[in-house]
Amino acid sequence: MESDKHFVVGIFDNEDVLLSGIKKVRDSGIKILEVYSPFPVHGIEEALGYKRSRLPIAAFLFGLTGTSLGLLMQIWMMGYDWPMIIGGKNFASLPPFIPVIFELTVLLSALGMVGTFMIVSDMKPYKWPRQFDIRSTDDKHVMAIDLDVNAGKSKDELKRLLKDSGASEANEKSFD
Amino acid sequence: MQATSALREPLVTGGKTVKDVSHDISRQVEGKPTKLWLMAMAVSLVLLLWGAYCCAMLLWHGIGVWGLNKTVGWAWDITNFVWWVGIGHAGTLISAILLLFRQRWRMSINRAAEAMTIFAVICAASFPLFHMGRLWLGFYWVLPLPNAFGSLWVNFNSPLLWDVFAVSTYFIVSLVFWYVGLIPDFAVIRDRAVVQGNNIRAQVYNALSFGWQGGAKTWMRYESVALILAGLSTPLVLSVHTIVSMDFATSVVPGWHTTIFPPYFVAGAIFSGFAMVLTLVLVTRKVFHLEDYITIGHVELMNIIIIVTGSIVGIAYITELFIAWYSGVEYEGYAFYNRVSGPYAWAYWSMMTCNVISPQLFWIKKIRTSLVATFVLSIVVNIGMWFERFVIIVTSLHRDYIPSSWTMFYPTMYDIGQYIFTFGIFFTAYFLFSKFFPVVNMAEVKSIIRSTSEKS
Repeated sequence: MESDKHFVVGIFDNEDVLLSGIKKVRDSGIKILEVYSPFPVHGIEEALGYKRSRLPIAAFLFGLTGTSLGLLMQIWMMGYDWPMIIGGKNFASLPPFIPVIFELTVLLSALGMVGTFMIVSDMKPYKWPRQFDIRSTDDKHVMAIDLDVNAGKSKDELKRLLKDSGASEANEKSFD
Repeated sequence: MQATSALREPLVTGGKTVKDVSHDISRQVEGKPTKLWLMAMAVSLVLLLWGAYCCAMLLWHGIGVWGLNKTVGWAWDITNFVWWVGIGHAGTLISAILLLFRQRWRMSINRAAEAMTIFAVICAASFPLFHMGRLWLGFYWVLPLPNAFGSLWVNFNSPLLWDVFAVSTYFIVSLVFWYVGLIPDFAVIRDRAVVQGNNIRAQVYNALSFGWQGGAKTWMRYESVALILAGLSTPLVLSVHTIVSMDFATSVVPGWHTTIFPPYFVAGAIFSGFAMVLTLVLVTRKVFHLEDYITIGHVELMNIIIIVTGSIVGIAYITELFIAWYSGVEYEGYAFYNRVSGPYAWAYWSMMTCNVISPQLFWIKKIRTSLVATFVLSIVVNIGMWFERFVIIVTSLHRDYIPSSWTMFYPTMYDIGQYIFTFGIFFTAYFLFSKFFPVVNMAEVKSIIRSTSEKS
């Protein structure tokens, strides 16, 4: 890792300008590090060429774990480990087990998916994010371009490109 | 990109820009508490302290201090439990089911409604825990843990145990859903604190926001998480009150043993939940000047849901009466005859008036769009829903199979005290929430402002 990181940051006021701006910047062969927005912008993932999130798969697998866990736990406890006669009912029958199986499916699926989301998005309470522009949570869309990745371009070229793509401001930003 | 209709009224009025949203909602988190807020908080704390005294006496002496007797072994405790769980249904219904139905008007009210849900479920859970007598043991008696006092497992055939799983899952998933929604908004307050130079607030809200940055990739994952949580919560909401109703429906007590209970309870839960959301939202809107975000349009839509669910509840009451007669079962017939004309007829007719007649007033547009009428009726509805549970529980129990056991139920000050205790918890938590957390989902409201105001 380098000690100094340099970026060029474009500020966009409006999501429509942003989407066309992303297209222009990417068409001219520039790699965008990330775009930070105060709210989810529809169509931005296609514009940036992101693949669909695989979190639904994680949610399904966690849910499946909950289903199996609930089923096996109840059959084992009620049917094998300590069978009890309750109103002459079967020791292990499926219908009364369904509510708990359902609840465990939902619980594990929700917790597992949100946990996965936190981990893959690197979200930690003690982490201070690298803020390219403080207004990105307020009302501006902020496009960050890493200079090291786009080594062929100078800062001024990139700034001009951002302005041409509709950015209201183009700034430089460095981190230690 | 977003198709908007010129005929529809905008969801947010007052020509707000995205920057205004951050400012209007964050303002009350940043400012000093107002006099009104301090007064409200003081009242809630008095309720909480008085209730805590009653709970302490209950724990010290045991549940004999309640007014229960041999015939009526369940009364205010379970009435209040079911009442609070029912109220807790609106929040997740608004944020999950209305998200799946793409009802964008939910965005201004879902945060407050979900907070209300979480606090209501906490209040509800306190009743069965206190009823177990030993609160500190109650937490693990109900879990499937190997029992050190003789290796018995919990009984998975019992609806009371299903309730434990349903209510605790509902609580955890609602809490997670609510918190995930709060994360981007905490980041807004953090960044405003950085600009204002308030370092402590910036650090605290950064920790709360888990270092949120709002990158496009994170937003993409975030939306996928929100959608799946909504999909999971939708059957969950419906399952919780279904399972609560099974506490009664699987028994053999006349008046309880009916198959209509699950849908009837779920409709009643949504009915009372929306009423409580209206009560709280109307106050929040006034105190924090959110008239442009929570408009008359929102109030009207919620009132329409109250008409729909209130009518379902009304039909359920009449169906119960009809079936009690039509089934030809003497016990069932007597239970309902006794409800309508017995010593608790006053409770039955209060319930009928508050739940069946009063919501029908919302057919009149003038009443449905009047804030004062809505506020009054929302409280009337919740009084009615409390009586519904009281009627179902106490009138069915107080006439036992043997007439020599027939008796009445009279609450003691500890029954009342514990009910007050939960009001103390509920309002203290809600006022703390409304002061320190953003009461409207800023990120979602910003996304609708773009597509409604700029396109027209």
